[in-house]
Amino acid sequence: MDDLYREVIIDRYQNPRFSGTLDPHTHSYEDDNPVCGDHIRIDLRVDDKDVVTEAKFTGEGCSISQASADLLMEKITGMPVAEVRKLAKQDILDLLGIELGPVRLKCALLSLKVLKGGVYGLDEVMSLDELAES
Amino acid sequence: MAETHTMDIKRIRADFPVLDVEVKPGVKLVYLDSGATSQKPMQVIERMNQYYRAENANIHRGVHKLAEQATEDYEGARGKIAKFINAAKSKEIVFTRNATESVNLVAHTWGRANLQAGDVVVLTEMEHHANLVPWQMLANERGIRLEFIPVTEGGVLDMSALPGLLELKPKLVSFTAMSNVLGTITPVAEIVKAAHAAGALAMVDGAQSVPHLPTDVQALDIDFLVFSSHKMLGPTGLGVLYGKEALLEAMPPFMGGGDMIKRVKLREFSTAGVPHKFEAGTPAIAEVIGLGAAVDYLNEIGMDAIAAHDRELTAYALERLEEVPGVWIFGPGIEHKSSNASFTLKGAHPHDVAEILNRHGVATRAGHHCAMPVHEKFGVPATTRASFYLYNTKEEIDTLVEALYQVKEIFK
Repeated sequence: MDDLYREVIIDRYQNPRFSGTLDPHTHSYEDDNPVCGDHIRIDLRVDDKDVVTEAKFTGEGCSISQASADLLMEKITGMPVAEVRKLAKQDILDLLGIELGPVRLKCALLSLKVLKGGVYGLDEVMSLDELAES
Repeated sequence: MAETHTMDIKRIRADFPVLDVEVKPGVKLVYLDSGATSQKPMQVIERMNQYYRAENANIHRGVHKLAEQATEDYEGARGKIAKFINAAKSKEIVFTRNATESVNLVAHTWGRANLQAGDVVVLTEMEHHANLVPWQMLANERGIRLEFIPVTEGGVLDMSALPGLLELKPKLVSFTAMSNVLGTITPVAEIVKAAHAAGALAMVDGAQSVPHLPTDVQALDIDFLVFSSHKMLGPTGLGVLYGKEALLEAMPPFMGGGDMIKRVKLREFSTAGVPHKFEAGTPAIAEVIGLGAAVDYLNEIGMDAIAAHDRELTAYALERLEEVPGVWIFGPGIEHKSSNASFTLKGAHPHDVAEILNRHGVATRAGHHCAMPVHEKFGVPATTRASFYLYNTKEEIDTLVEALYQVKEIFK
């Protein structure tokens, strides 16, 4: 098995653990990668202590974008929102455990972009290009 | 039908240096992305080099030797391109940056001069964004109405809908001659004839068809034809707009500046004649000369032979792809298409497919191919597209298919 298609990525792509929507939710946000049309929506439940108690995603896209979304949902479950805000490109790469070229990097970062859009609000969200260079 | 052996593929391939590139040690490039841009033969590359090495000068008005030569070569290439699509006159060929700009030129000048709120422009559901968005912009700006010839489940135009659309008395019917996603060859002559009978002009997006099929604008009675240099062995940065002389004459200019004028005073100008009226500023001189060389190359091999070769390859690709379990091929069968095969593979996203194909040297394209509406119509966000041209071989399609089995192995 080659690096890019590590077992964990194929497994998360084919059998996501955090797929779905949350109703009710405290945060919901969705966005596309305009380059390839990949789409991700993330729903969160954040409790009154500002901790993410539940996170789910739905979407359409390549194995990298969908697997990174699933791994990201797992990582943020139970995490204080203050820490979620600090998540950066490297955290996603660490989750995936692979090196990515510039095009696939954006696939991997789409879920982080959506997550940040959800927790920060629209105005402060970074573009995929900005995230890729962060 | 003409067979591949009418073309000496080995000799043709030797003209394209990039085909010898190894994408990684021991893995040779299998270039199946000519629908995005074609490769360039040495004859084109060398012709442009020659211009920059020994002939470089700006065109028009210069009286020195090189300027005269450059002007002659630039206008000579215009003549070659006119002949290539059988335009009646060289002046009916306008150079733009790309086919997209050619559509925008028509929308901007002819459109603004001739279309008012409520006027109908008929397009099709299988258009590239280039023949969609400029008209949407005009719809937003002045309330023209867009109507669409539908695409059938089988991936061809639903011609039974055309008479009803023409009853709306459209001013223009603008449509692709060959879909960049479905590969569908549309009935150009029939649509143009029907459009004219209804009093509409007919514009054809030939970005995919002109490189692959013989084109005769007079026989087809096309009013406007747009196409791109870089998809037909020529350089990037250059597009063509063909327009009937009387139409071009009557259109207001596009961009203002040098070369497009007859006379300029501080507060007024008069425009040059066609085609220069639409070619403001220094044009892509080397590129135009390069496209002239590309047309020479295509002529030498013959567009009939190229069309037969592309069709044979496409038929073979469809046949081989159908053998692969889980492959779903987009668009009609070979009787209505040529030059590409777009497909999905069950369980693997097109981007992953293209990425893994790339490891085997196979260059394809994944995504919506600048035609989101037609993907939406068929309920898929993206496809993987293999597209073929005169330098491709059946062996390369075999490599594609073998690599697809590797994709299946990873996503089993």
